[in-house]
Amino acid sequence: MRIQVLGTGCAKCKQLTANAERAVAELGLAVAVEKVEDIREIVKFSVMSTPALVVDGKVRSAGKVLAPEDVKALLRA
Amino acid sequence: MSTSEADTDAKPVACCSNPWDGVKPGAPPRSTTLPTAVLLGLGLAAWTAAYAIIHPLADWLSFGALGLSRGSHLGEAVAFFLYDTPKVLLLLVLIVFVVGIIRSFFTAERTRAILAGRRESFGNVLAALLGVVTPFCSCSAVPLFIGFVEVGVPLGVTLSFLISAPMVNEIALVLLFGLFGWKVAALYLVTGLTIAIVAGFTLGRMKLERFVEAWVYESMKAEATFERERLGFTGRVRKGLEAVREIVGKVWPWVLAGIAVGAGIHGYVPEGLLASFMGKSAWWSVPAAVLIGVPMYSNAAGIIPIVEALLGKGAALGTVLAFMMAVIGLSLPEIIILRKVLRPQLIAAFVGVVATGILLVGWLFNALI
Repeated sequence: MRIQVLGTGCAKCKQLTANAERAVAELGLAVAVEKVEDIREIVKFSVMSTPALVVDGKVRSAGKVLAPEDVKALLRA
Repeated sequence: MSTSEADTDAKPVACCSNPWDGVKPGAPPRSTTLPTAVLLGLGLAAWTAAYAIIHPLADWLSFGALGLSRGSHLGEAVAFFLYDTPKVLLLLVLIVFVVGIIRSFFTAERTRAILAGRRESFGNVLAALLGVVTPFCSCSAVPLFIGFVEVGVPLGVTLSFLISAPMVNEIALVLLFGLFGWKVAALYLVTGLTIAIVAGFTLGRMKLERFVEAWVYESMKAEATFERERLGFTGRVRKGLEAVREIVGKVWPWVLAGIAVGAGIHGYVPEGLLASFMGKSAWWSVPAAVLIGVPMYSNAAGIIPIVEALLGKGAALGTVLAFMMAVIGLSLPEIIILRKVLRPQLIAAFVGVVATGILLVGWLFNALI
């Protein structure tokens, strides 16, 4: 599993990264949450609002700071 | 519609499709509609009752319970604070809730699909209007810009959106309405939209596409697709409540500070203090306000206390409006972010045209009112 957070480094992006890390830890997954901060890389995902959460190359959420619980629900699905 | 894998069909945009833990993503939300409607009705009734009671309550508290005398400096200031605080907070909650629901219909992707293929002029008007209702955060300005341009939305139309989105702000609108009445609020709304439309159109005419970083145009797409979120009635009400929690939770200290400043002015400061150098007769006060305002950055709620202080001390409305628009409409952080996709020439034209628009609005109001 590959988890990426897209965002150019604003406060919301940091919050989403922290929430995703917490969700990963609580689920006991052995994956690191990657941060994608380069705008040209972000655009390749066709995302128009940041922060966005990408799981295994698929955009699962955009423009929203998901709570750790929401990230967990996404990862389980 | 994009042809993604079949298993994503039930959950189009995963960010919001499943607010109910444990409920299957595809389950129809109909079963919750009736209880939500009842709760919403009760909420609105409570809101109306609260709004009706705050004025007599504030008067009773300040002149009855606290024993302050009507017409005294302290009495008037306290009564103003006790009345305006609940009034503005109630208005804020209602408007943010309504805007939250409206915004659940307008994702950035959907707005893009509406604007794709529009020509200039009508496209500029549409973009400015959509800028008000589409959720926007200045940190998303660049992906949004690229997203618009890559599906062929004209540069000027895209810029109309990027001007209107931060400048015409619903919180500022509510606070202006609550503190200064509907005329000032309407002036702010209409002039903000006009600047976004005219400035975007002007920039479009200037043919500045060559000053957009070349790589932006490398990833052109044929069509703008968007996937509709199936939220249902309950989901939208939930979005409205989320917006209230997030926005009101963040801005209420600013609102309190603003009203406290206003209360102080209301009770103590003699009128006309600033009239000599920020009044109508001082033509240079408008450009000065814009020059000071552009490098400043504040959220819409934070600027209102200053607006209130300036207006209360006799500054002219046009000058104050220009100052406010310069602060929230043109911000240094957003310009720095946009530099990633726009060359300095285009940034300069953007700031120049928008600042000129704000300047003209300031002078116009000082001349008319």
